[in-house]
Amino acid sequence: MTTAGATARARATATTAVGDMPYLIGSLVVGLLLFYFIGFDEGAATSLFGNTTVVHEFVHDARHFLGFPCH
Amino acid sequence: MHAKAVVPRAALAGAVGGVVAWLFALVFAEPLIQAAIDYEGERGEAEAALDAAAGIAPPEEGPEIFSRTVQGVWGIGVGMIVAGVALGLLFAVVYTLLQGKVSVRPRVLALLVAGAGFLTFYATPFVKYPANPPAVGHDETIGDRSGLFLVMVVGSIVFLVAAVFVVRALRERLGLWNAVLVGGVAYIVLSGILMAVLPSLGELAANVATYGPADSETPQPLRDPAGTIVFPGFDPDLLYSFRVYAITAQAIVWGLLGLVFGALAERATGSASVETRESVQA
Repeated sequence: MTTAGATARARATATTAVGDMPYLIGSLVVGLLLFYFIGFDEGAATSLFGNTTVVHEFVHDARHFLGFPCH
Repeated sequence: MHAKAVVPRAALAGAVGGVVAWLFALVFAEPLIQAAIDYEGERGEAEAALDAAAGIAPPEEGPEIFSRTVQGVWGIGVGMIVAGVALGLLFAVVYTLLQGKVSVRPRVLALLVAGAGFLTFYATPFVKYPANPPAVGHDETIGDRSGLFLVMVVGSIVFLVAAVFVVRALRERLGLWNAVLVGGVAYIVLSGILMAVLPSLGELAANVATYGPADSETPQPLRDPAGTIVFPGFDPDLLYSFRVYAITAQAIVWGLLGLVFGALAERATGSASVETRESVQA
């Protein structure tokens, strides 16, 4: 591996990473939110929507089948 | 591949996995879930009869918001597909960050990342806190169970990241094969320590107070004050089948996420390199 090649590769990675950031952050946040709603919202009687059980009841079977805590 | 190209393809691949897992669930999981709910209902009646004999008022039932049909056909479908998309979006982040750092072709990296997701998000937490059908799991411990499950998920992810750093540090000295073996042992040992430290569900204070010492929350036989069994414990074969199908569904979601995304990524990068060549020629 030549130093020039390594530098070029590092520069390419760095520029890609900068352009990628908004998409990566958006993907991470939306992914975690969806994961939370399917798996955990209203689980411990708390919800981002207030004290309801609508999400919990609707995805009830999936929550069991995906291995999330449920009752 | 730019993240802009990775994210929608990963979300689509996750959705495909979710749709297939949904169809799988309709055939294999729903009959078991219904049987478990029936058990729960009949056990509730037996408990109410015991309570009435002892002069205790029966507990109030919560209102039914969705019918069993809505839950068992559409709710589980939305749940599986949204879960697939969510996992696809998280997959996209890891794939994008890794693609410049490893020298494997896209479809191989896609399967590796999906395999890591299956291992950390599901398989390792499952060893400590396996999936349970309805009737298995007490209402009063759902907060504790959610927290403990999340600790297992986050712990598994942290341990795998640590194991990858171990592999990177040792690769030059031991060679890739042996470095991966050492990293794998590190992951297993760290996960094992976490499992040993966390309580089993039967050990939770609320459960010990109500049901006495137990390993899990699986319903035991119901006894009257004289000690005679008036209602059986939860069917162990049903529990086993449910868990096997639950693992299979996760393997479907993660497997298809990796395979479908890998195919899409190879097509995208293939056409991208063709475009580059054409623009160079032009």
